[in-house]
Amino acid sequence: MDSVFALVGDGYAIVAADASAARSILVFKHDEDKIMELDSHKLLVGAGVPADCAHFNEYIQRNLTLYELNNDIKLSTHGSANYIRGELATALRKGPYQSNLLLAGYDAQDGVSLYHMDYMASLSKVNFGAHGYAANFILSVFDRDWKKGMNLQEGLEVVRRCIHELRTRFLISQPVFILKVVDAAGTRVVTL
Amino acid sequence: MSYDRAITVFSPDGHLFQVEYAMEAVKRGSAVVGVRGADSVVLGVERKAVAQLQDARTIRKIAKLDENLTIAFAGFTADARVLIEKARIEAQSYRLTCEDAPSIDYMARHIAKTQQSYTQRGGVRPFGVSSMISGFNADKSPQLYLTDPAGTYSAWKANAIGGRNEKAVQEFLEKNWTASLAEADAIRLTVKALLEVVDSGSKNMELAVSRYGQPVRILKEEELEVIIADIEREIEEAKKEAAGASAAAGTSMEI
Repeated sequence: MDSVFALVGDGYAIVAADASAARSILVFKHDEDKIMELDSHKLLVGAGVPADCAHFNEYIQRNLTLYELNNDIKLSTHGSANYIRGELATALRKGPYQSNLLLAGYDAQDGVSLYHMDYMASLSKVNFGAHGYAANFILSVFDRDWKKGMNLQEGLEVVRRCIHELRTRFLISQPVFILKVVDAAGTRVVTL
Repeated sequence: MSYDRAITVFSPDGHLFQVEYAMEAVKRGSAVVGVRGADSVVLGVERKAVAQLQDARTIRKIAKLDENLTIAFAGFTADARVLIEKARIEAQSYRLTCEDAPSIDYMARHIAKTQQSYTQRGGVRPFGVSSMISGFNADKSPQLYLTDPAGTYSAWKANAIGGRNEKAVQEFLEKNWTASLAEADAIRLTVKALLEVVDSGSKNMELAVSRYGQPVRILKEEELEVIIADIEREIEEAKKEAAGASAAAGTSMEI
């Protein structure tokens, strides 16, 4: 039931996730932060079974910290995406993580990049992506409105339209969205 | 006799020779000094001269264990590398399980436990490494731990491991450590202690200063040069005074 989406702009990426934690007909809270800061310049968000998403994200975060301590350097976004996909793939035929992921990161070599992964361990580098039921609505908005090289204001405007679309057409009410941006300066929370 | 063959064997007079030999290996390592201040912990290491063709930047004796924990070691570098990596994995594993940073006591205990387990197993040898870990307790008080190849660990106010003359540096620290040292004084004490066994010069030593809630700070060469120059000037002045005093005493005795 999570709505999770992201896009890449000129030197930044915006990652958005709804902030509701719910099960069946009950909503527990409206301030659940699903977007994990893996390190100073990476964001990972998961949609799917809440336990798997949370646990897997924490597991990946700890392993990336270990990598940084051991090697005195952060793993690149490309490297992290492939590492994460590898973990999903290994677990797939044992006990799969039912978590669909979007990884957005900045590194000096490739600038900003966005990777789309699903619970069956597929991996693709994309300009924009979405998971969950929301994808059915959001991808249409992205297809029409996303342009290469948008500045942050334009990017946020596209995000605003996505949220508006969900609020108009999606059955499930998701009053709060958390938005985070990653760029050369690091990660931060933004508001529309 | 051959009681030093397998480490799982005690000698008749209760020694584990392999463990004691491992401690000898530590003594052959380059010096490490640790000093606990009122609100800081300083680790100082001797930087042995590198070969001409070697890149000195890749030789590291002070390593980060976790966000708030720093470790310096004396002894076999390769053994230390393995031990530090095991410790780092344990720190992250603890954070994953408990969603909290491991305490310095926990990490010291874990490293000590690892070192001990290699003294009680067949087919392995002890780690030829003693380590000094600096960090802070939950109540923000500074802490310094020491582990040795036997797997003993305990907290210290100040200590020295490795280097040309471990005993001399330890005695120096015993004489000169006082409680509630300010950061600058803790740094000076560490440098003075190192100067007992290390040649003067900022390129021969490296200092890491830890404060609660802040990333560990490695002193820059310029900063260190200033401190060393200051200490040496102090020593010179003390010598002159002593010479002056004895000269005065000499003249008065003539009368």
